[in-house]
Amino acid sequence: MLELKGVCTYYGNIQALWDVNLTINQGEIVTLVGANGAGKSTTLMSICGAAALRRGEILFEGQPIHTMRPDKIVRLGISQVPEGRLIFPDMTVQENLDLGAYLRRDTRNIARDQEMIFDMFPILAKRRTQAGGTLSGGEQQMLAISRALMAKPRLLLLDEPSLGLAPIIIRQIFDIIRQVNKEGMTVFLVEQNANQALRVANRGYVMETGRITLSGPSDELMANPEVRKAYLGV
Amino acid sequence: MADIDWHYFLELLVSGVTKGCIYALIALGYTMVYGIIELINFAHGEVYMLGAFTGLIVAGVLGVMGFPETGILLIGGVVAVIYCSAYGFTVEKIAYKPLRNATRLSPLISAIGMSIFLQNYVRIAQTQDFLRYPNLIPDFAFLEPISDILRPSGFVIIVTSSLVMAVLTLFIKYTRLGKAMRATAQNRKMAMLLGIDSDRIISATFIIGSALAAVGGVLIASHTQQINFNIGFLAGIKAFTAAVLGGIGSIPGAMLGGIVLGCCESFAAGYLSSDYEDMFAFAILILILIFRPSGLLGKAKVQKV
Ligand SMILES: Nc1ncnc2c1ncn2[C@@H]1O[C@H](COP(=O)(O)OP(=O)(O)O)[C@@H](O)[C@H]1O
Ligand SMILES: [Mg+2]
Repeated sequence: MLELKGVCTYYGNIQALWDVNLTINQGEIVTLVGANGAGKSTTLMSICGAAALRRGEILFEGQPIHTMRPDKIVRLGISQVPEGRLIFPDMTVQENLDLGAYLRRDTRNIARDQEMIFDMFPILAKRRTQAGGTLSGGEQQMLAISRALMAKPRLLLLDEPSLGLAPIIIRQIFDIIRQVNKEGMTVFLVEQNANQALRVANRGYVMETGRITLSGPSDELMANPEVRKAYLGV
Repeated sequence: MADIDWHYFLELLVSGVTKGCIYALIALGYTMVYGIIELINFAHGEVYMLGAFTGLIVAGVLGVMGFPETGILLIGGVVAVIYCSAYGFTVEKIAYKPLRNATRLSPLISAIGMSIFLQNYVRIAQTQDFLRYPNLIPDFAFLEPISDILRPSGFVIIVTSSLVMAVLTLFIKYTRLGKAMRATAQNRKMAMLLGIDSDRIISATFIIGSALAAVGGVLIASHTQQINFNIGFLAGIKAFTAAVLGGIGSIPGAMLGGIVLGCCESFAAGYLSSDYEDMFAFAILILILIFRPSGLLGKAKVQKV
């Protein structure tokens, strides 16, 4: 479904990604784990067209997307829940959700999807008219995920959704990730929290200083002594 | 205690609100543009001046053709709005868009350059003398009893500005484009990730701001009944003051700031001396910048990372 081939991304003259190769198949949950500063967010931004590649290509369903504008990429069915959630603080929960569906015109389905999201996160329905900036960290993460889901993506990119959240909220968020995946959405999950991430994912990639250093099925990675030492703290 | 001359007070208040409405209309353009791209668009006052000139030219043509005054005012206003919108759109594309990723100073200098260019362009293409503006505003019979407080032109200014600002507020709050504009102002990167094309939002912002300035230009010219190429300069700086006073980036702030500034000026001129009128605006600007840079309704500035 998504393929990165030899992707090199720079910030000015500083190279952040070095020849990144990565594949995500339809229906999978794939995770990308790595330490802070490894280049995980840059990978997601490159996919979304928010960071320009200098070399390499990105194919979505065989179609090159690395030269497309970000709005075109969203239209194709890729949505990102960015690191730090980036909720619009002065807009209500409802308005944040509306903006998730910005490119959609099918008003009736939008309303139905929103009902589904409120079933998933009832707290958001309660907070509907509250400004996004007044929500707790966990609620903001739920809103950020919901906002991305409102675009009805086929590929959902999540950047460290567990960052800074209480364990009970993290569990809830990972349950939702499993649930939307079961309903057919492909998920690319970026995490520092390798333990949790590898447990929900089918496959994983390990990134270090802008390079993919390891990849394989999740259980294999979890059994790998290097991964255990570096990321699982055992 | 001395008796308060309420009649005089009311007169000053009304004249302050009238002027304040115009400041507010122009201030909205400053504040909206700043909200989205953090640029002080110094050429904005010139768009207001161009609006007044467009109105004058339309009035000249239609006057010869024998149109009624109210019709001329309406058509002049509409033409000015269209013309200035196109101007605002073009100025952004020419002077600011190429500098989107430059240092912050570059577009600012470009804005000042654009302002000087537009002023001189009108000075050469038109004239540097003051031009008489036709009286396009009819006498309203119901204003007769209070004619010494509220002139018909003041009435039209207050009513039109209020309407325009109400429509703008509803537009920003409820429409898809309005929401996208707010989203882009709050977090451009996130807006982009949701598929909002920031170039289009920026263009829309310039177009709307310029349209509001055009309305202000036509209204004020019909009120003072004279214009020249230079009117945009002072009005622009005062409207900028109003935007800062209200809290730059805040739409209700620009409206409030405009009215407050207009009234302050009017009272200063009326109770102190009219010599202080312009000085007062700049004194206010400096005081806010020192003591409350976030303005009346603005938020304390959070440094964006
Ligand atoms: N906007 C930016 N400008 C310059 N360098 C950046 C920028 N964003 C990230 N970097 C650098 O790129 C590298 C990868 O960062 P990032 O992708 O955010 O890593 P991660 O998400 O894995 O923590 C880091 O060295 C970081 O300092
Ligand atoms: Mg990151």
